[in-house]
Amino acid sequence: MVKVKIDGFEIEVEPGSTILQAARKIGGDIVPPAMCYYSSLKGSGGKCRTCLVKVAKSSEKDPRPMPKLVASCSTPVQDGMEVENITNPGVLEARKAVVEFLLINHPLDCPVCDQAGECKLQDLAFEHGSSLTRYEEERRTFDKIDIGPYIQLHMNRCILCYRCVYTADQLTDGRVHGVLNRGDAAEIGTYIENSIENDMSGNMIDVCPVGALTDKTFRFKSRVWFLNPMDAHRDCDCCSGKATVWMFGNEIYRVTARKDEYGEVAEFICNTCRFEKKDTADWVIEGPRHIERTSVISQNHYEKTAGDVPGTMQDN
Amino acid sequence: MATRKILLANDHIPGIQTYEVYRRQGGYRSVEKALKNMSPDDVVEEVKRSGLRGRGGAGFPTGMKWSFLAKPEGVPRYLLCNADESEPGTFKDRYLMERIPHLLVEGMICASYALGCRASYIYIRGEYKWIVKILERAIEEAYANGWLGENILGSGYSLDLYVAPGAGAYICGEETALIESLEGKRGNPRIKPPFPALKGLWDCPTVVNNVESICAVAPVINDGAEAYAAVGVGKSTGTKLISACGNINNPGVYEIELGLPVEEFIYSDEYCGGIKNGKQLKAVVPGGSSVPILPAQLILKTANGENRLLTYESLADGGFQSGSMLGSGGFIVYDEDQCIVRNTWNFSRFYHHESCGQCSPCREGTGWMEKVLHRLEHGHGRMQDVDLLVDIASKIEGNTICPLGDAAAWPVASAIRHFRDEFEWHVREPQLSQQRNYGLAGQTLATV
Repeated sequence: MVKVKIDGFEIEVEPGSTILQAARKIGGDIVPPAMCYYSSLKGSGGKCRTCLVKVAKSSEKDPRPMPKLVASCSTPVQDGMEVENITNPGVLEARKAVVEFLLINHPLDCPVCDQAGECKLQDLAFEHGSSLTRYEEERRTFDKIDIGPYIQLHMNRCILCYRCVYTADQLTDGRVHGVLNRGDAAEIGTYIENSIENDMSGNMIDVCPVGALTDKTFRFKSRVWFLNPMDAHRDCDCCSGKATVWMFGNEIYRVTARKDEYGEVAEFICNTCRFEKKDTADWVIEGPRHIERTSVISQNHYEKTAGDVPGTMQDN
Repeated sequence: MATRKILLANDHIPGIQTYEVYRRQGGYRSVEKALKNMSPDDVVEEVKRSGLRGRGGAGFPTGMKWSFLAKPEGVPRYLLCNADESEPGTFKDRYLMERIPHLLVEGMICASYALGCRASYIYIRGEYKWIVKILERAIEEAYANGWLGENILGSGYSLDLYVAPGAGAYICGEETALIESLEGKRGNPRIKPPFPALKGLWDCPTVVNNVESICAVAPVINDGAEAYAAVGVGKSTGTKLISACGNINNPGVYEIELGLPVEEFIYSDEYCGGIKNGKQLKAVVPGGSSVPILPAQLILKTANGENRLLTYESLADGGFQSGSMLGSGGFIVYDEDQCIVRNTWNFSRFYHHESCGQCSPCREGTGWMEKVLHRLEHGHGRMQDVDLLVDIASKIEGNTICPLGDAAAWPVASAIRHFRDEFEWHVREPQLSQQRNYGLAGQTLATV
């Protein structure tokens, strides 16, 4: 085990862990935000630069500070390392800059975006963004693309985190999906608008931190904060069948995988569960899914009123 | 003084591209010497003692880089030659490979032997299509004469050498992007650590060296580390190829001894031959488009009034406040008629086009800078745009995965640092700035 200190909090972690993993073990305010890192996807991380931190002391053996800010999601900890995140004004300054960069070409169409309310970029901008923009030029735009019958790609909103690329690569057979072009013209795509058709493709929607990939069976049906997320399960041949169903009254509006506090999915679910099982009879509902208190979704107090929803534990 | 030529000693000889002529001029002697009389570690030690520093831009000592290479049992190691020369203003490797391809092959054999590589690659930019043929012919001749292949010179050492053309992306000159591209993937830089010395090509330990660095290994072995280190000044040993271009009388590739005064390089007839049409010097970008631009008075003399020399240290003297970098040796000279704003816009257009788009500061920031500079250059700028540019540049710098972000930020930041009056003039006099250039106003020139 190696000892590492983040913003004054000390913790022991496995050798080979990253700074971000160590920070998540401590938890709370000192966890750097991560837009591209996804613990279950190999190769993810290092790209968005929102998790930059200052290493004030490299290790016990080499106490020199690291010359540049480092991406906490891809920098391994060393014994005696001291990291500054929210205690370092330079780090916050750099994070603010990254948020500004991420937003200059973002359409800021939250009022009509399905992701609003559960969008990581929204949270990030709320915390670190500025209320004014210094960018006056035209934003880059792309056409909307349907990739397969269930998913729509809205490239304007994409922040190129590459999570969906890794998901498609690592969860499914046959590479159909990648990044085309370069620089700020880069776009997510299936070469010449192929559709993505396999059993796990819907997970791309769950890993997307913004509203670039949306569920066509749910688009424009409801704002997420009007829905009640419920943990539910069903017997499924191709996945664990453990999901969160988003209900409005007795109706299931959409199905997603269960996400933890960092928005990461523990168990991926298949397309049948996600897109086709929208009947309450298909699911065994376990009870309300806990959503962070700070999230707009928990503002409708669904956890308190969960007893009103038929088929929940309290009912039984 | 007449320069001792080391790399380009024989480049004027007709037919030097062919094996026979090259061999007659003493070619491949270093391979004989290394394979017969030296152990691989001796070669590494020799290069270390020669003080040879990476010629691609960063100037990291080559021997030191080699000694960092991990050597686990049973895992192959690779040497990659970075011939993806795409920095605007730099064309020295092109000359070396076009003119004396066998020197690179010879250097590759010595370096591969030192590192214990069984297969080595020359990764060349896609635009150098015709050079691929030149190199492949040279490699064929080397195979035919027993310098490559199985059991070279009966020493038991075997090596295969390949030429791998890229598809023409600047970013593939970054060593980990080069490795990705060579593996057949999209040329995105990798996230470090792990460094290539530990996990590079196909996750094996890998060294990536510039063409000129590898070429210099041959003379280091031939004449010994001491002879090589005797040339140059201090920690900048040996010679360097400088590709000079811009408003000078004699543009071209020159081999200089490190330590040559910049003033002599620009004005001597042996080199650039002075500024074209009798004009005055305005500014110089001394090491390829990504290094900071310096105005005339700072390129000839440092801030302390010492003569500026063509060495890694002297050009960097004064840090980024009043210095620059030797970089890759792309020496771009501007006369009094050139517009710094337009030039900066041109550079940032290049970096915008070449950013790989992987990490956000570079992907978004390069495009933003280009748009603001476009506005300034075309007479639609506002005074706060100048500070906005400085701010964007400072926020890209150091926050990206690879050095392309720094390379995009430095030219903009330095142009504003030294030529702010010219940027402000573009804002104040939008119409005038469309009709004529700012010239040398406000600059105190060192008397030449």
